Amino acid sequence: MLAPEAHLTLPANPIACHECDLLQTEPRLAPGETARCLRCGAMLARNPPDSLDRSLALTLTAAVLYIIANIYPLVGLVMQGRQVEVTLIEAVQILWKGGVEPVAALVFITALLFPILELLMFLLVLVPLRLGRVSPRLATFFRVVRSVQPWGMVEVFLLGMLVSLVKLSHLATVLLGPAFWATACLIVVLTLAARAFDTRLLWQSPIMDGS
Amino acid sequence: MVEAFHTARELGLMSCHVCGQLARAPDGANHHLRCPRCGTPMHMRKRASLSTTWALIIAAILLYVPANLLPMMVTASLLGSQEDTIMSGVVFLWQSGSWPLAAVVFFASVMVPLLKILALIYLAASAQRRSRHYLVQRTRLYRLVEFVGRWSMLDIYVITILVALVQFQGLATIQAGPAAVAFGAVVVVTMFAAMSFDPRLIWDPLTDSALRRPDHD
Repeated sequence: MLAPEAHLTLPANPIACHECDLLQTEPRLAPGETARCLRCGAMLARNPPDSLDRSLALTLTAAVLYIIANIYPLVGLVMQGRQVEVTLIEAVQILWKGGVEPVAALVFITALLFPILELLMFLLVLVPLRLGRVSPRLATFFRVVRSVQPWGMVEVFLLGMLVSLVKLSHLATVLLGPAFWATACLIVVLTLAARAFDTRLLWQSPIMDGS
Repeated sequence: MVEAFHTARELGLMSCHVCGQLARAPDGANHHLRCPRCGTPMHMRKRASLSTTWALIIAAILLYVPANLLPMMVTASLLGSQEDTIMSGVVFLWQSGSWPLAAVVFFASVMVPLLKILALIYLAASAQRRSRHYLVQRTRLYRLVEFVGRWSMLDIYVITILVALVQFQGLATIQAGPAAVAFGAVVVVTMFAAMSFDPRLIWDPLTDSALRRPDHD
């Protein structure tokens, strides 16, 4: 459908910018360095130091925090001597029974299901990589991580909890449960884990050195 | 230095959006190619990018109206029943003295969805007109739209916690109103609209002169 022009030549070690399609040479990056597109400034590649160990450690931490965040109550309220506490899944259930099923489903997917799916799939990628077993299946898992990522919104959920608690603090005493703090830590750990992972580990074998 | 380079499309190459692998585009329009390295389906440009984006923008505009006019929250207490829209919720926060929070909610729930719709209209229209102006600025605008979209979910989560906690039968209860469904739909639809827009369409007009026919829309 497109006739490549005969006189055009590829740059050495070519990489195409995913935002403007410019072909350019992928530079060799020192650990911690980032490469940006010459034309539009999009991030092209990173070389996170010590990637595999760090992202595995952080992801395992996130898994523990995730369990705490879902078992224990998130927030509570004391009003006229009566006290209520809710976990995330209870909040979704109450919303569902209240007649706004689509909203309940949206909250369930974005605050609970997709974050846990992302975490599990990420572990399924990291553990075999760490054990030195690279297989084509890892790419499939990683694609799931990628497609689920934009819809996991734990950090927005935390801000939402804060806003609602401020609203309620005028009427009653608000309580912060263990899951609230676990969620707050989870956000930091998840961000660090995503930053620590060097995607090139999946596509380049044997695993490259840090230089 | 930039002038010495070309786009992947000019050389008949496609790049994988997951792993970045370059592959030669096959001849024939309906040929499906998978990435030779990671197996992801590859396209020169996102398929039917502009028409999908337009369709989702229109859906978002239609949903934005009930999301703002219908009640988001219904509070029943000893003093009677009260219905709150997104805007009256902001006003309540402002009047009760928590103006930083009122600003956050106003920005995330009212301004972000609106600005996002306007930005997507501008991006889709300028790409469709094959504009060659403000390329870097438009790319930055696209990144901003992608980054900021998720924060509009804020009000949905606020409602979730309020409804879950305030269930003191006979004292006070809070129910989610129909606007919550419409508002959630606005957030989801605008996120899909941003995802379906291909930022490379912003840059394609620069290199189109060298090609016989651009293959998008």
